[in-house]
Amino acid sequence: MADPMKIRAQMSGDKATVRVLMSHEMETGQRKDASGALVPAWFIQQVTAKHNGKVVMDAQWGPAISKNPYLQFAVKGAKAGDKIAVSWVDNKGESRTDEATVS
Amino acid sequence: MAESKNIRNQRLRLIGAGLALAGGVALLTSAPPADAQSAPAAKSAADGIAEYRKMLEDGNPAELFELKGESLWKEARGPKKASLEGCDLGQGKGVVKGVFVTLPRYFADTNRVQDLESRLLTCMETLQGFNAAEIAKTDFGKGEQKTLEALVAWISAESRGMKMNLPNAHPEEQRMYELGKRAFFYRGGPYDFACATCHGAEGQRIRLQDLPDLRKNPGDGIGFAAWPAYRVSAGQLWGMQRRLNDCFRQQRFPYPGFGSDVTIALSSYMGLNAKGAESIAPAIKR
Repeated sequence: MADPMKIRAQMSGDKATVRVLMSHEMETGQRKDASGALVPAWFIQQVTAKHNGKVVMDAQWGPAISKNPYLQFAVKGAKAGDKIAVSWVDNKGESRTDEATVS
Repeated sequence: MAESKNIRNQRLRLIGAGLALAGGVALLTSAPPADAQSAPAAKSAADGIAEYRKMLEDGNPAELFELKGESLWKEARGPKKASLEGCDLGQGKGVVKGVFVTLPRYFADTNRVQDLESRLLTCMETLQGFNAAEIAKTDFGKGEQKTLEALVAWISAESRGMKMNLPNAHPEEQRMYELGKRAFFYRGGPYDFACATCHGAEGQRIRLQDLPDLRKNPGDGIGFAAWPAYRVSAGQLWGMQRRLNDCFRQQRFPYPGFGSDVTIALSSYMGLNAKGAESIAPAIKR
């Protein structure tokens, strides 16, 4: 089971700024280990953000994203108390969803 | 703003003129306006690194380790199925807030000066039934060493912003300080290096990286007060033990081993020297 994400969602003006830290290896598939064998690719492929259940962002990611990625985006029209849920799916089919409340 | 821009444009034209007719050089050197001179001032490498750190600070992945560390502290684990909440880090059982800035210190139950990591090993052995020697031998970032990384991240974060304040009253603490000082200045290995070769003078650097002078307090969030830290280039969280083991590697010394006396002595030396410096651990490093 993947480690939880850290999500912070804060109102600034009429937008909620959402900052997400994800825990993921993000292996490119181009690195070799100590014995010279290729480390298989393992990275997040899809990131979805929902605002009160409605999809507000859908992103396709690839192996060029760093390990333990940091993502920041703004949600227009959000209010304090709203729910922001972020989910990711990686190329091994593993997934993780975490939720935060806008403050 | 507009005015200084004008002056700059003017100056650029002057440079052009100076190149065209060599005589123009005289014009250039005749005291250009002060702000025109400072405006295009080159950013120093240290400024660049500081700016880079500032940008990263907001999303420091060390927070992921903190999150994990907090739950690991409370989770019943190991052969004895116990949590670490009964662990005494120097301020009584289960007290975590503020302990990091007082370590390494002397512990009566083990009759040793211990830093955070070696103390956690003791707790994992006595409370949870893990084999401390086995964990100390494990490679960094593998097995239970991962647990230690996360715990160190969380416990150090609970003292973020506090001032380094190691105790030095116990004779054993004083002995470790003196030992650490000797280890710090001890030269050896194929390069005849000591810690002091790089960290024993002010204003030294390796490539573009400024090196803190660890004989004294190098300031807030620098040197001893900046570890553990998340290393962006490696994507790993490093505790002080790993940091020191890597120092030995860089000197081409044999590895001193996790939680060994020499690493704790060096921590005592640097930690006491850093008295009063604000801890920013877990920090973020390139």
